[in-house]
Amino acid sequence: MLETTSSLPKAAPSGLRGLANPTRFLALVDATLPWLIGITALVFAFGLAQALFVAPEDYQQGATVKIMYLHVPSAWLSMMGWTVMSIAALGTLVWRHPLADVAAKTAAPIGAALTFLCLVTGSLWGRPMWGTYWVWDARLTSVLVLFLMYLGVIALWHSVEDQARAARAAAVLTLVGAVNLPIIKFSVDWWNTLHQPASVFRMGGPTIAPSILIPLLIMAVAFTLLFFTLHLAAMRNEILRRRVRSLLMQQAEAAQRD
Amino acid sequence: MTGLGALLLRDIRLALRLGGGGWIGVLFFLIIITLIPFAVGPDLALLRRLGPAFLWIGALLASLLTLDRLFAADHDDGSLDIILMAPAPLEIVIVIKALAHFLVNGLPLVVAAPVLGLLLNIEPPGMAAVTLTLMVGTPALTLIGLVGAALAVTLRRGGILVAVLILPLTIPVLIFGVTASNAAMSGPVPFGTPFTILCALSLASLAIGPFAAAAALRNRE
Repeated sequence: MLETTSSLPKAAPSGLRGLANPTRFLALVDATLPWLIGITALVFAFGLAQALFVAPEDYQQGATVKIMYLHVPSAWLSMMGWTVMSIAALGTLVWRHPLADVAAKTAAPIGAALTFLCLVTGSLWGRPMWGTYWVWDARLTSVLVLFLMYLGVIALWHSVEDQARAARAAAVLTLVGAVNLPIIKFSVDWWNTLHQPASVFRMGGPTIAPSILIPLLIMAVAFTLLFFTLHLAAMRNEILRRRVRSLLMQQAEAAQRD
Repeated sequence: MTGLGALLLRDIRLALRLGGGGWIGVLFFLIIITLIPFAVGPDLALLRRLGPAFLWIGALLASLLTLDRLFAADHDDGSLDIILMAPAPLEIVIVIKALAHFLVNGLPLVVAAPVLGLLLNIEPPGMAAVTLTLMVGTPALTLIGLVGAALAVTLRRGGILVAVLILPLTIPVLIFGVTASNAAMSGPVPFGTPFTILCALSLASLAIGPFAAAAALRNRE
């Protein structure tokens, strides 16, 4: 008799497909999260030390320029958060990855917090430098719109009871909102803005001196590690939360039958 | 009479007969424009300067509130499932529904705008500019609002959440509509520059909106 491939034990799929099993994903998170927390703390400590003590002061702004080491990385990360959500949205709608909706749901509050941090640090930096807490120029307005969209997606997640339907609705909204990301990035080039033009990610390379650029990039790496640490921990929490919920529902069903 | 033509006529007839038809949007528009001088004060120069902005915000809110039930009403009586089984591509069906909505709810707003501009003491070049920008911009508002209307089918409660989700996406249309109107009234910028960008935004919403709304409708269960 011919041995068909279906009777042989299948090897576990590798890569992202392999992580589709929540139990395997939880095992991976449990193994790597302590290391991630440690590395994040170390890079943050190193980055802050570099930023606060080693990097030079600006010849015009003095020590106030050091708000940049919080403001710029959180701005980059707020856009990366929406990018992560967009990829997760594609995972939900196109590839039907089981953990894609968990990734999308948990990335939203972290991205919203980072956007809020960006707006607040920018506002506090603007008061001494520009003389105003807020101005309606293209960059600030488009980041504020991003913050509103983050809050809208979080509201959408909480307004639909069935998480699978919420996942698909939020996925569509996330992909539509991704249009805002290039607008934010190029807003300082397309319009005359009070916010300064692109200094790092631009054609022709960065225009910042290395003594300031290196600590900035270290802080960016620290913030990125922070995002993924928080994201993985939040995904673990969400998976456990859903398991608790289904156990409670089974319990209620059993009690009803008795 | 093709199926799409029949759908268009059905939607136009329903929109005209239910809930006050096209007039309710105009009435809401009128109420907002009436409220504003009570809040801002009767200073005619100030109203003239801010007039295009108020007209645009009024038109935006009026079209958002009428869009809410676009798909949800069909979902409630079961006709959405039949419409979705049509042989035509879902995106085209959605564009037909958006066209019906624009003809019944959007066009009256555009026609009412110059009349309401008189209440705000806007001079004729400004009124012509506002009307023209609204003519081009209300299709964009309809098409972007379609996405929210399709999501409202999933939501059951809809309403204010749909407005929260859709208003950030309509901000560029609002910005360029008001900029074009102000350019025609006073500014050094020629009217054509923001106006062409507004046209581009409308065409982009025609390209993106139906696809996003179709995705939302296909995933509504």
